[in-house]
Amino acid sequence: MSPANTREDVLEAAANLRWEVGPDLHDSLMEALYTDAARISDRVLSRDDARPAFDLDRTIDRLVTSRWLGFPIMMLLMAVVLWVTITGANVPSSLLSSLFLETLHPALKQAAAAAGLAWWLDGLLIDGMFLAMAWVVSVMLPPMAIFFPLFTLLEDFGYLPRVAFNLDRWFKKAGAHGKQALTMAMGYGCNAAGVVATRVIDSPRERLIATLTNNFSLCNGRWPTQILIATIFIGSLAPPALAGLVSAGSVMAVVLLGVACTFLVSWGLSRTLLKGEASAFSLELPPYRPPRILQTIYTSLIDRTLIVLWRAVVFSVPAGAAIWLVSNIHVGGGSLAEHLIQGMNPFGLLIGLNGVILLAYIIAIPANEIVIPTVLMLTVVSAGLSGVGEGAGVMFEFDSASATLGVLEADGWTLLTGINLMLFSLLHNPCSTTLYTIWKETGSVKWTAASALLPIAMGFLVCFCVAQAFRWLGG
Amino acid sequence: MKPNPSPSACELCPAHHPANLKRLGVNMDRYDFVVALAGNPNTGKSTLFNSLTGLRQHTGNWPGKTVSRAEGGFAYQGSHYKLVDLPGTYSLLSTSTDEEIARDFILFGQPDVTVIVVDATRLERNLNLVCQVLEITGRAVVCLNLMDEAERHRLTVDERSLARELGVPVVPAAARQGRGLPLLIDMIHQVATGGFVCKPHRIQSEPPALKRAVSLLVERLRAAFPGLPNARWVALRLLEGDSRIEEAVRSGELAELVRAPQGVGAAAPAEGAG
Repeated sequence: MSPANTREDVLEAAANLRWEVGPDLHDSLMEALYTDAARISDRVLSRDDARPAFDLDRTIDRLVTSRWLGFPIMMLLMAVVLWVTITGANVPSSLLSSLFLETLHPALKQAAAAAGLAWWLDGLLIDGMFLAMAWVVSVMLPPMAIFFPLFTLLEDFGYLPRVAFNLDRWFKKAGAHGKQALTMAMGYGCNAAGVVATRVIDSPRERLIATLTNNFSLCNGRWPTQILIATIFIGSLAPPALAGLVSAGSVMAVVLLGVACTFLVSWGLSRTLLKGEASAFSLELPPYRPPRILQTIYTSLIDRTLIVLWRAVVFSVPAGAAIWLVSNIHVGGGSLAEHLIQGMNPFGLLIGLNGVILLAYIIAIPANEIVIPTVLMLTVVSAGLSGVGEGAGVMFEFDSASATLGVLEADGWTLLTGINLMLFSLLHNPCSTTLYTIWKETGSVKWTAASALLPIAMGFLVCFCVAQAFRWLGG
Repeated sequence: MKPNPSPSACELCPAHHPANLKRLGVNMDRYDFVVALAGNPNTGKSTLFNSLTGLRQHTGNWPGKTVSRAEGGFAYQGSHYKLVDLPGTYSLLSTSTDEEIARDFILFGQPDVTVIVVDATRLERNLNLVCQVLEITGRAVVCLNLMDEAERHRLTVDERSLARELGVPVVPAAARQGRGLPLLIDMIHQVATGGFVCKPHRIQSEPPALKRAVSLLVERLRAAFPGLPNARWVALRLLEGDSRIEEAVRSGELAELVRAPQGVGAAAPAEGAG
């Protein structure tokens, strides 16, 4: 007999024997496994039966997964993490920006002048690329160095599965998988990481839902936009003592809106394009472990903060070049930037934004982090303000929030523009890295396009409605 | 290949643990043995992986965190080891992506040693997976992890009896604190080099009809694939109609699992076919 025949013979024998052992093979095998495991465990395990009257793990679980306290505790923790990040990041942020913008930038300019660099090369390299990178580092590094370790500490402690437990009921109602809570939480760090994390979901349908909705978790590149705009437009409405709290509260509101969008879109998808029932799964609530504080801080700084920062720097350099170019290439009496801004302005104003913001989001597709500096730079270009900023295509940062407010108001920004920018920052296409990750994970151009177009459409719609309501109320 | 610096007398001394361990990170241009890390979700596989390789694979206190396998290396007593961190699974029977990754690697990747990381506070449930892994490969070490938590919950595990029951070395450890790692590395080394010969536990409580069917099928498998180390397990999978395994039989891929006995006395483990 040939080897191939012998092999077929094995399969045939298996098929015949399958009739003999009957249909409950799987069950009896599982039973045998459990019997063996129980027998061995009984022999080797002994426990001291004097159980303590107070079980800390159980008590914490009863609190954080309780019907009434579960959600408030979740939001409180999130708000505390946000507030610590917002207030803690201020000082190091301004130190870094003064180092980059007031010390290094002029020094580089001088060196370039001494070396006799052509004006366009000097502009492209130093005003475009270097400043873009400097902005990203000084604005992103401090909040990320605070946010990620705090988040990782919660993760190390064992809180994330409890969040999944609390949200499971809602995800089930939306026809999605309960583990989507975990991928959503990862998305608050980075959407690309959140998309990769959807691999924990087995069902392809539910995994796709989790992938498409991950963008509704504000990623770290969007936190600075939210925080800055909340501080200058909304925090300034409150008395100074409460400004910090009010700002954190309004960012929190945007976060919650994102969560609401996640449920709404999941619900919509699971009833239309991705029909199906939520699948059952078991999620273990692991024991609480005292977080290893120093180690967590170290690894989350090295792994998450620096890797995400590096990615942002890599993308900011070409974006910086693009910004410099569109504002310095002149076509028919105006720079490319001015033409584009004027072209998009009518539509922008209709939805309560403006042409500058729309152009900034196009230029900043590689990294959300550079949206705000691009907005500021383009605002100066388009308004033709003189004496502010450092010239066409130069990204800069204002030392105080009120200086930023001054420039923006001079260009016609109102409270509405601020609110809508915060909304649009939540509801727009994911950055190019996330899109690339979605394409790699799904292997489908169609779903990648859907995950870009769906949030943009929602963003336009929401901004338009808010603008209409705001104008109607405000007279 | 990098030339090995000649080791000092101290480094050659067997008492020189664990400084003997060289963490190699992702440098694995050459390795002598492949070690797989298997276990239930959230038992500390990634933490163990990090402390052995010096890498910083992201760890987190939630099940399902490792979604694909990670690889790293370490060197011990002159041998280079490639360590593969598998996704955590509760079983190797049903088919979800992570279970398939883990199962396929343990079966077709043929690691020289499979370290099964076990949560000492949830021993019974973890032993389910241990029993399943031991059906596939006999070359295993059980790492009884989270001993610190077991102590906190006033649980005592008799690791000697456990090792006797399972037929493989059992090493108590607390990977987060680095406890028990030197002994674990040494046991991995011994199993890999054949210094310790495992007599893995086989599931015993099947009903008689199933036992008969399995032994008939094992005979056929032996004829088709002489020297197959885990014929009993393959027979069980075929009886259940596992299409991946059927395909491996049909294509003859299974024949690749027949390996030359490695090291001293590390022959294919005896099958309880009768």
